[in-house]
Amino acid sequence: MTDLTSLTLSEARDGLARKSFTSLELTEAHLKAMEAARALNAFVLETPDRARDMAKAADGNIAKGAGGPLAGIPLGIKDLFATKDVRTTACSKILGNFVPTYESTITSQLWRDGAVLLGKLNNDEFAMGSSNETSCFGPVVNPWRREGSNTSLVPGGSSGGSASAVAALLCMGATATDTGGSIRQPAAFTATVGMKPTYGRCSRWGIVAFASSLDQAGPIGRTVRDASILMRSMAGHDPKDTTSVARPVPDYEAAIGKSVKGMKIGIPKEYRLDGMPAEIEKLWSEGAAWLKAAGAELVEVSLPHTKYALPAYYIVAPAEASSNLARYDGVRYGLRVPGRAIADLYENTRAEGFGAEVRRRVMIGTYVLSAGYYDAYYLRAQKVRTLIKKDFEDCFARGVNAILTPATPSAAFGVGEKGGADPVEMYLNDIFTVTVNMAGLPGIAVPAGKDSQSLPLGLQLIGRPFDEETLFSLGEVIEQAAGRFTPMKWW
Amino acid sequence: MSVDADTVRRIAHLARIGVKDSEVSHLQGELNAMLKFVEQLEEVNVDGVEPMTSVTPMAMKKRADVVNDGDIADDIVKNAPETQDHFFLVPKVVE
Repeated sequence: MTDLTSLTLSEARDGLARKSFTSLELTEAHLKAMEAARALNAFVLETPDRARDMAKAADGNIAKGAGGPLAGIPLGIKDLFATKDVRTTACSKILGNFVPTYESTITSQLWRDGAVLLGKLNNDEFAMGSSNETSCFGPVVNPWRREGSNTSLVPGGSSGGSASAVAALLCMGATATDTGGSIRQPAAFTATVGMKPTYGRCSRWGIVAFASSLDQAGPIGRTVRDASILMRSMAGHDPKDTTSVARPVPDYEAAIGKSVKGMKIGIPKEYRLDGMPAEIEKLWSEGAAWLKAAGAELVEVSLPHTKYALPAYYIVAPAEASSNLARYDGVRYGLRVPGRAIADLYENTRAEGFGAEVRRRVMIGTYVLSAGYYDAYYLRAQKVRTLIKKDFEDCFARGVNAILTPATPSAAFGVGEKGGADPVEMYLNDIFTVTVNMAGLPGIAVPAGKDSQSLPLGLQLIGRPFDEETLFSLGEVIEQAAGRFTPMKWW
Repeated sequence: MSVDADTVRRIAHLARIGVKDSEVSHLQGELNAMLKFVEQLEEVNVDGVEPMTSVTPMAMKKRADVVNDGDIADDIVKNAPETQDHFFLVPKVVE
């Protein structure tokens, strides 16, 4: 038998249905890979016993012909998703040994459809970061290395554990979340496929909140098809999330292989940054050429407020975070550092429990919402957000079906290389992805090539609201043209 | 706009995050770097622009005003650091 971990999710699904192997065999293969890859620090909690139980149950259901769409498929879950009776920390010391008594809506849908939990995946603390270096469990290591070098590279963030685990073939797919690029940037850094759905497409219930008007969960998969399969199980209306949208969930996989002939693809001139590396420029033109060869029509478009998206984000997201993270007070759950009076208890707990990046963002958020500064910062940023969204609306109103951009301004960088002195240096990683969150749109990152050091690079496609299907169709065209990229195993 | 050391202490207090004196100047530098970065928003003309309150146009969903949950006091206090008889314990608040 070939190594079961090298299959794609769709191949494994078909193999399980044909009874070529069992879910228990598939799960054992991934558990073994997970144990052998601890150097990557992708998992913060391994749940092998639960995985075997779930795999056996799935095998029983498959034998009865009652397996769901993900029956027997071993997955990793970002540690931001509450999993009943399984420790959930958001990779923050302040949640300590929090063990939820409930299950997030998205993970409950994955289990409903037969998936198997391998363990919880590392992420930046409270999903705040672009390199997975802010986790209280330490940084995740990218399975990719520069050619001829042993330097540890970051997998991107905040869903760094998800991306690293999928790229290293430790799990068949993973859940992730994206507030400013946290699915798409790590996908681009690891040659995996990351889909950030339209705001409201997937329930946020039971996911540790960062910035509620921007947060959206989605899948990271080995291929575009794999991401589309996961997406169908993750999406759907949830009465428990007031911003979840009541729309039927399409069969996203049916979009794979659909013709993109006649589609209008926008190339936004504002994404052509000064000093953009030639490799990124080349990748972008190649992507455009592939879509053109598949029958799409390329048009230059303008999104004039692009450069203001990142600064506006760094007001809106911290403001919402400062409000969301007010709940960590040392009283109801998680870490508690005693104090003489209750205010001391709060201050001591939060000083000890929050890492440097989280503290910084909570403080800036507190400041921009404070009396006298609200209008100058927060209200202005909310108005700029309206303008960013209008840029996209104008573009789509002219018949554009999707927009093609680079996913990141560079390939993966070294652990400890960025953001030491100036936090803004790290923030610039999200320059191409953050606009999508500000406008609530769907975006997909697809591996498209390698840089001169043999590190993967990705392209991003941005779609109309609730038109994830078009992104899957276009993403498949890029994947077919570019091929798949797998890291050389060194761990 | 930039913040001085006293403002950093005031923000930390508003955010209920204890900050040591030795940390203030470093934090001040970080916060000012972020404030400098967002300064460019001042060049945008936002006259007559509505602030975004909802990214997808939707009416707020309402549910029936009925009890649909409850009797889970054990669950609620399960992860609390200090409890007694389904109450959260805190330091004395009223003298």
